[in-house]
Amino acid sequence: MRSARDAKAPVNAEHRVAGTSARRVDGIAKVTGAARYTVDLSVPGMAHAIVVRSTRAHARIGSIERAAAAASPGVIRVLTGDDLLAAGLTPYYGHVVLDHPVLAIERVRFHGEPVALVVAESRREAAEAAELVEVTYEELPAVIDADDALKPDAPILHEQRGERVGDEGMDQGEGGLVGNVCAIATVGWGNLDDAFAKAHLVVEGEYRYPKLYGYAMEPYNALAFFDQGDLIVFSSAQHVYMVRRDLARMFHLPLARVRVSAPYVGGGYGTKSYTKVEGMTAAAAHFTGRPVKLDLSVEEAILTTRSASARIRARSAFAKDGMLLARDFEIVMNNGAYTDNTPLVNSKTANRCFGPYRIPALRVVARSVFTNTVPSSSLRGFGAPQGNIAGELQMDEAAAKLGIDPVELRLRNLVGPGEEFMPGKRPLDADLKDDLRCLASALEWPGAAAGHSIGLGVSASDAGAYPTSTAAIRIHADTSITLFTGSTELGQGSRTVLSQIVAEEMGVPLESVSVVSGDTGVVTYERTTGASRTTTITGRAVQEACRDARRRVRELAAQALEVQLEAIEDTAGGVRVKGKDLSYGEVIERWFGAGGEVLGHGAVRRAEGFAKMPPFYEIGCSGLELTVDRETGEVHITKLTTVGDVGFAINPALVHGQDAGAAMMGLGAALHEELVYDGEQLANPNVVDYRVPRFSDLPDEVVHLLAERRDGSGPYGAKGAGEGAGNTIGGSVASALGRLFGVFPHELPATPERVWRLINESEKGRRPAR
Amino acid sequence: MGRREIQLQLNGGDRRVEVEDQMLLIELVRSLGLVGTKLSCDTQVCGACTVLLDGHPVSSCTTLAIEADGKPVVTIEGLADGTKLHPLQEAFIERFAFQCGYCTPGMIVSAKALLDEKPAPDAAEVRHWMEGNICRCTGYQTIVDAVLDAADQMRSAR
Repeated sequence: MRSARDAKAPVNAEHRVAGTSARRVDGIAKVTGAARYTVDLSVPGMAHAIVVRSTRAHARIGSIERAAAAASPGVIRVLTGDDLLAAGLTPYYGHVVLDHPVLAIERVRFHGEPVALVVAESRREAAEAAELVEVTYEELPAVIDADDALKPDAPILHEQRGERVGDEGMDQGEGGLVGNVCAIATVGWGNLDDAFAKAHLVVEGEYRYPKLYGYAMEPYNALAFFDQGDLIVFSSAQHVYMVRRDLARMFHLPLARVRVSAPYVGGGYGTKSYTKVEGMTAAAAHFTGRPVKLDLSVEEAILTTRSASARIRARSAFAKDGMLLARDFEIVMNNGAYTDNTPLVNSKTANRCFGPYRIPALRVVARSVFTNTVPSSSLRGFGAPQGNIAGELQMDEAAAKLGIDPVELRLRNLVGPGEEFMPGKRPLDADLKDDLRCLASALEWPGAAAGHSIGLGVSASDAGAYPTSTAAIRIHADTSITLFTGSTELGQGSRTVLSQIVAEEMGVPLESVSVVSGDTGVVTYERTTGASRTTTITGRAVQEACRDARRRVRELAAQALEVQLEAIEDTAGGVRVKGKDLSYGEVIERWFGAGGEVLGHGAVRRAEGFAKMPPFYEIGCSGLELTVDRETGEVHITKLTTVGDVGFAINPALVHGQDAGAAMMGLGAALHEELVYDGEQLANPNVVDYRVPRFSDLPDEVVHLLAERRDGSGPYGAKGAGEGAGNTIGGSVASALGRLFGVFPHELPATPERVWRLINESEKGRRPAR
Repeated sequence: MGRREIQLQLNGGDRRVEVEDQMLLIELVRSLGLVGTKLSCDTQVCGACTVLLDGHPVSSCTTLAIEADGKPVVTIEGLADGTKLHPLQEAFIERFAFQCGYCTPGMIVSAKALLDEKPAPDAAEVRHWMEGNICRCTGYQTIVDAVLDAADQMRSAR
């Protein structure tokens, strides 16, 4: 275990840079205001777009009257979905199912859906003209609640399903995708009925997790233009290559003729995965022949993507000694109007709800359901926080009923290192029992002071996504190195960590490494920047690129010096030939005579160390101590502790940063955050009424620990961080409240009102009616 | 709509600019190339657009540009002395007190206003002062640490 404070030195003498909290390579740019985000970009002749949004939750579009807007000062063009159709463009996007219209076509499916786009010389002129676009609607019955959407008489959102274009086998339920069911996932084994019949104790309940808004502080925006027929888009996207694919399909362009570039991105957390406003902005550039900028407001960002809410019915069967016999989960998620990333979120919820426990019999059925609400997609840890509250809270509820310590109950059931817990999947690459002991000890479990209560939990997420990654490095004539990576810098520190890997592998100072990232016109392919994959998977591709470049340097040295390859050995920053040291630059100079460089390319795929899915498990092992104001129901967090089981922390301070950020985001969801529908409209689409954590929500004491056992599949035994620390926080808050009041809350967020009701109901000695 | 000429001291330099009456201060500073100041919530709750107007932190998203007439305005670009960073900027780097960096300009400008007013705050005072600045990445602890470090640094340098 290492703490933040003693992490200045490498943990191991074999490394020079890997394992140190090297300063962020984007530090000066970010503290001086020099860092440029897409929102800061402009090009000469740039026009501005404003979105006209649906004022109905579900309706047929009658007519869109745009003459008044078109005649308004400064207006260049008013666009609708029909324009895209008429021009022969593919007017839909989606990386799994092609069902999300760039602009609504014939029908709107949620309040706030983009219906038209006004392009004008200035943003203000576009906004003024947007008010003049008159849309008539024929209203259709709307369905907001997921359970209502499953009823036989529910209005159907997608009578005809979009074309499936996903290249991952992420959805198991195509046959069951009827009515409003968008995705189905099932996991299971063993004889469930027998196991439940034999049980000493069955814990049963229904749990709810809210709809959330990620609030990346830079709202979605894009700048698009065409250059000799090539489409060039700058955007706040996490997955530039995924967006490229959608745009190429939309405009029938070869992939090579679409360039998507993400400069610095103002917060991602999954919310900027996949296409958002890029299609609209590119369409505006296509129809006007002008560079077009589209900057959404925060309110519009809330109408663009949220996370899926979940209702989970769960049963867990235990033997008298606390051993799990069976678990049964029935999950219904509200995924909103379009498919987006739902099949993946849905299947991850199924995989992540039951815990990394040994379970003789399991059944999980997860369904995600279309409703006339804002479409949902990725948000930090997706599926894990939703399922964790049910899975982990039932461990606490069982512990209370069996009279077994909840930590001890978990230790008895947790799978050990190297143990397979999902048939055919990667065995657990972590020592979660040891992590949990460490967490409990740091929280001084179970010794909370009077009025204080501790809650903790564990999770293991199938992380990393599909392990396709490439990277390239160029060694320049002065021995400095440029790394090219398709991974986007979202704040997680990817440029810093990947630079450290290059410096480590190549034996050069960190200061002589620069990084070009997130631009499909320049960098090499990267599948996504998500699922905590960059350090582990991209990091391996970077290592391979370094090895390729070193091999190439040895070849050049052998040719230039006319010696056998075997006579050449690698050194820090160069090679040794017959006792003589040459830097990379000197080898380049000798081979070329003047100028020159060496290129190295690396690729990883689903093979060798990444043959078994998932590429790694992301561990969650966090807990907290809280107190409650019994008069108001206000929860106060006195202590927050995370154990970052990352295999090896290439940059410990960055790992702590990920753990701190994930845990705080988890606290927001646990205590305050919830998108609320009032009828067919969102009641709180702004950050006044949707309350995210502030300085006053900072726990009194925060401790971040590291567990480094070199058991990950990434460089030096590393594995990913960034989601795990938050995944267990909702369950931890609920479990701490449950132990304090003797009644476990089954619904988040634990707002003051809900906690106050919980206290009142617990005093009456019965479960609160919801 | 009316237009008028205003004069302001922007990051120490005198600027004379013509503005529309309804132009916002954030639009003015960004139109002058100072795009470090960031727009986010647009409702005066997140603090990303914070600048110093006459020494006081204000949300430039809800302040009219004409209010700056005759007054000094400091944005994030005005803190460093050439290539020498302000102690707050150094401390934010040293403490890893930012991730995506989008809130950071407003965060550092707010912290500067605190240290200008109160050179030796304690942690509780830092938390209280900074309540109007949201950071979605860091979880806040490293920011509190950075502001306290910078305060120490600035006092010992005096």
